[in-house]
Amino acid sequence: MTEALIQVKNLSRYYQDHCAVNQLSFTLNAGEVLGFLGPNGAGKSTTMQVISGNLAPSEGEVRIAGHDIIESPRAAKRQLGYLPEHPPLYRDASVDEYLRYCAALHRIPRQAIGVALQKVKAKCGLEATGNRLIGNLSKGYQQRVGIAQAIIHDPPVVILDEPTVGLDPIQIREIRDLIRSQGSERSVILSTHILSEVQATCDRVQIIRNGELIYNASTAALNQGHDISYRVALRGNPETAQLAALAGVDHVERLEDGLFHMVFHADANPDALVTAAVEQHWGLYELIPQQQSLEDLFIELTGDEEHAAP
Amino acid sequence: MIWVIAKREFSAMFLAPLAWVILAVIQIILGYMFLTNLDNFFLLQPQLLQLQNTPGVTDIVVTPLMQVAAIILLMVMPLLTMRSIAEEKRNRSLTLLISAPVSMTEIVLGKFLGLMLFVLVLVGMLMLMPLSLYLGTTPDSGKLLSIFIGMLLLLGAFSAIGLYLSSLTENQTIAAIGSFGILLMLWIIDWLSASVTTGKSLLAYLSLIQHHESLLLGVFDSSDIAYYLLLITGFLGLTIRQLDRERLL
Repeated sequence: MTEALIQVKNLSRYYQDHCAVNQLSFTLNAGEVLGFLGPNGAGKSTTMQVISGNLAPSEGEVRIAGHDIIESPRAAKRQLGYLPEHPPLYRDASVDEYLRYCAALHRIPRQAIGVALQKVKAKCGLEATGNRLIGNLSKGYQQRVGIAQAIIHDPPVVILDEPTVGLDPIQIREIRDLIRSQGSERSVILSTHILSEVQATCDRVQIIRNGELIYNASTAALNQGHDISYRVALRGNPETAQLAALAGVDHVERLEDGLFHMVFHADANPDALVTAAVEQHWGLYELIPQQQSLEDLFIELTGDEEHAAP
Repeated sequence: MIWVIAKREFSAMFLAPLAWVILAVIQIILGYMFLTNLDNFFLLQPQLLQLQNTPGVTDIVVTPLMQVAAIILLMVMPLLTMRSIAEEKRNRSLTLLISAPVSMTEIVLGKFLGLMLFVLVLVGMLMLMPLSLYLGTTPDSGKLLSIFIGMLLLLGAFSAIGLYLSSLTENQTIAAIGSFGILLMLWIIDWLSASVTTGKSLLAYLSLIQHHESLLLGVFDSSDIAYYLLLITGFLGLTIRQLDRERLL
């Protein structure tokens, strides 16, 4: 059991009377990429801001690598790289100037700054843009500078608040690759409302709604623990009841002649269907797994009250 | 760490044209004033020779020059200080400083020191004019030093007040108008002391101009120095408090 890098205990945060985060507790382990998922206004950004020390918590405590963010903020912040929702960039500085400044702020010794700068620029694909003004860079490159700023001092924990907002699909893919590559050397908290992003990059997912944690599981378990549905096309066009009688089938729905939507139990696989199709000459020509997406889960969990319980 | 922030603050000022324009305009106007004063001195010189205890070239040329400089800078300093925190708030780049392992005090002191570096350049350029008098005559060096220190302290107080107003809002214009208002108020506060009977000395004590005046005349009184240092410390403290408080809101 590795020690938790971030420990959040009963964290609450109020804006006047409005409660943005309510009794939130979670931990982040070393080497883990944690997806923080929730609709807009669920309290994601507030939580990130509290962890990074930009907002004071109303109740509860936050520990980063054992340091309390309120009592010993300096030690805690040393362990942390933070990319807020709006990257904190100086538009009138060049990329190199800006990153050097960030390095100095994070107390990297002067002699080591040059090396750190080269390393982080190589990692974030900024080699060619060193002398350009940040204000003249495209949104995608600005976002990279933002990420570079968060990892230049090699922190064990990185917090990224919606890092792919406003980027084009190619840039999104690049940023995701960058995040995933970070996951091998440090722990990452990634906040987003894009579901496929979590599936693509995270080890574990937490869903938050109205400031409360309503779901917490590993993404692997997420992909397994649910019924798997298939889109099945058969030339033989059997009766719906015949298909429903097969082993492991939960239910069957006929979409049109010869085209079915079949849901199998979580632990079953469509063996029985294939065997039956061969034996009875149904002419199986399409069998496409319809992955239970995070999206379904998300809507299920956040959509209406009854399903909200964890 | 304070120094890192101060350096960034100082160079950022010169990345925008504002600082250059301000330096140029002030230098041109005060250069012209300097020439006028010098001209007056030459006109007065024959009469001065007949008097005893005559005011020297420093009193006739430099002191009035710096009095005008102080009034011009009262209007100009808010323009320099307005951006220091308000701009970072608007661009949301203050997060960078707050998330770094740097305390609020270091941030505010760094910003203030950055402004003071600029003030040093500004006053240094102004002092070149009186120093040029050494070419033709011998001005009172002690008085020049006192004037130099007086200008630094005065502008330090302007900067601290401007910094505080800049921390209150993310709108630079409001920060500029606010600090201009406070500075002007502190400037004219003793005008009333002619008509009121009670609290007369208090009003006079609060006035920015009173303390500056004596330093311009070469009177180096520790209570004047204390006044400025208190003012600076007070407003820097308020700025730190304000930024700390914003994390709780």
